[in-house]
Amino acid sequence: MGNYAIETVGLNFNFDNQAIIKDLSLQVPKGSIYGFLGPNGAGKTTTIKILLNLLKSPSDQVFIFGKEINSNRISVLKRIGALVEQPAIYGHLTGKENLVNRCILLGIKKAKADEMLSLVGLAEVSNKKANKYSLGMKQRLGIAQALISDPELLLLDEPTNGLDPNGIIEVRNLMIDLATKHQKTILVSSHLLAEIERTATHVGIINQGQLLFQGTINELHLLSKPSLEIEVNNIEDACTLLIKQGYEVTAKTERIITLPFISSQNSGELNTLLIQNGFIVSSLYQQRKDLENLFLDITKAN
Amino acid sequence: MHALYISLRSEFYKSRKTLAFWAAILLPLIICGLISSGFYYDAKKIIAGHYPPILLWARYSGASLNVMGFLIMPFYVIFMAFSVNNIEHKNDTWKMLFAQPLQKFSIYAAKYLYAILLIFICLFLFATLTFAFGHLLQLMVPKFNFDQYNPLKILINSYTKLFLASLGILSLQFIFSLLWSDFLKPMGIGFVGTIMGIITANIGWKYAYLNPYSLPTLALRITKVKQGDDPLAFPVFTQEIWTSLIYASVLFIIGYFIVTKKSIK
Repeated sequence: MGNYAIETVGLNFNFDNQAIIKDLSLQVPKGSIYGFLGPNGAGKTTTIKILLNLLKSPSDQVFIFGKEINSNRISVLKRIGALVEQPAIYGHLTGKENLVNRCILLGIKKAKADEMLSLVGLAEVSNKKANKYSLGMKQRLGIAQALISDPELLLLDEPTNGLDPNGIIEVRNLMIDLATKHQKTILVSSHLLAEIERTATHVGIINQGQLLFQGTINELHLLSKPSLEIEVNNIEDACTLLIKQGYEVTAKTERIITLPFISSQNSGELNTLLIQNGFIVSSLYQQRKDLENLFLDITKAN
Repeated sequence: MHALYISLRSEFYKSRKTLAFWAAILLPLIICGLISSGFYYDAKKIIAGHYPPILLWARYSGASLNVMGFLIMPFYVIFMAFSVNNIEHKNDTWKMLFAQPLQKFSIYAAKYLYAILLIFICLFLFATLTFAFGHLLQLMVPKFNFDQYNPLKILINSYTKLFLASLGILSLQFIFSLLWSDFLKPMGIGFVGTIMGIITANIGWKYAYLNPYSLPTLALRITKVKQGDDPLAFPVFTQEIWTSLIYASVLFIIGYFIVTKKSIK
């Protein structure tokens, strides 16, 4: 238990007799970026709300830094910064005032507000009313609010929602920076596998309230088994050739043959083989499984 | 205690640019200003009535007290209770507020106290401005005899009664606005309650005092000055004030249990 920033033990949660979270056992190591992955409605936000004690969990099922959350609510919340769903922002206040209000509530120096505004790139619009902010700016302000108390644990619920590509990269780099240089633990939820892959050190996959996979990013890669897609003319003959040469063809369409990806070198050899036999290869690329297929794989494995 | 103080400071910081906060200051300023202007422009007619100083003060302060007590006060209290909680409903900030390392009781009590404070500021300004504008009128129209009677005690007593009598409504409306994010439900119930309160208080129904909405009307009816009576002789802590305070305390505790059980979905 000592090594985990978050640990849930067989967590169950119901809304109106409907089971939302079923026997969830999260283990988020200290200092990790834990990608909490799942489709919309899988229970990610509910879990984050339970971790913040916004939704009351049964006793002895949720531990933050080893402390049971219900009996240590205030001391636990002191160590957490969070962004849940849409950022909680007072529209009639400016960006800076929103942060100053947070400083008042947390009993920290108001100067911290300016520091955070610069960090998330909102310094120039700090005196603009928050309801005039774009979705991306609101999201940044939400991240600034989560970071303002310099918490050890950050819970970020889809933090790149509404951000443009630059903003997404900035948030990604910020997360990596916080985890590596400042030893923060970050739990970040997303429904995009590609998003999580770029930052996370650990991954948990949830669907319909159940944890389907939990492990390091490398363990996930082993599971996700990428495929090789080859766009080639004369599909039928190409398939016959490949099978004759001992390759396993997993799927074929009118234009594309799909095989399991083995290595880059192997892909090159395949390309040479096809070309030497007179085929025209217009493209050849490694394709990672999307979340949906990965889910199917993981569900099958379970 | 520290958590309550910072929550209260945050309530002030959040609302200081909203209508709810400014209404507490503007309402007494506008109403007292209008009544004083009326007295100024009608000075000749009023002076011709040869009111003794005590009755002149009674007429002058009664104008704002009656408007407040019968009509504006209940709606003002409903609006205050609504706006203190609506700031969180509207911005979807309950989750942020309850995810702070603060006791839920402090957050709840600070909101409740802040609503009380706004009502207190409003009524305090009414009393102060009535007193100040009365003396200003005296300076501008020396033929008035405002300076021959000190109305402080009657003003303090009346507004204290009005303040205490409104706490029952405040607590009830506070719960409604905690439960519902829209304006129509608490306003609708408050409107019906207020109309019922005014009717039951005015027809003198024996149990009118059990309806919290009738308490400001009841509290003020007793303070009405009758000719020849000693206007200072009325007690502050009458049956309706005790009823209001009991309602306020019980509903405050119920409200807290609602907050602790509130799931932030």
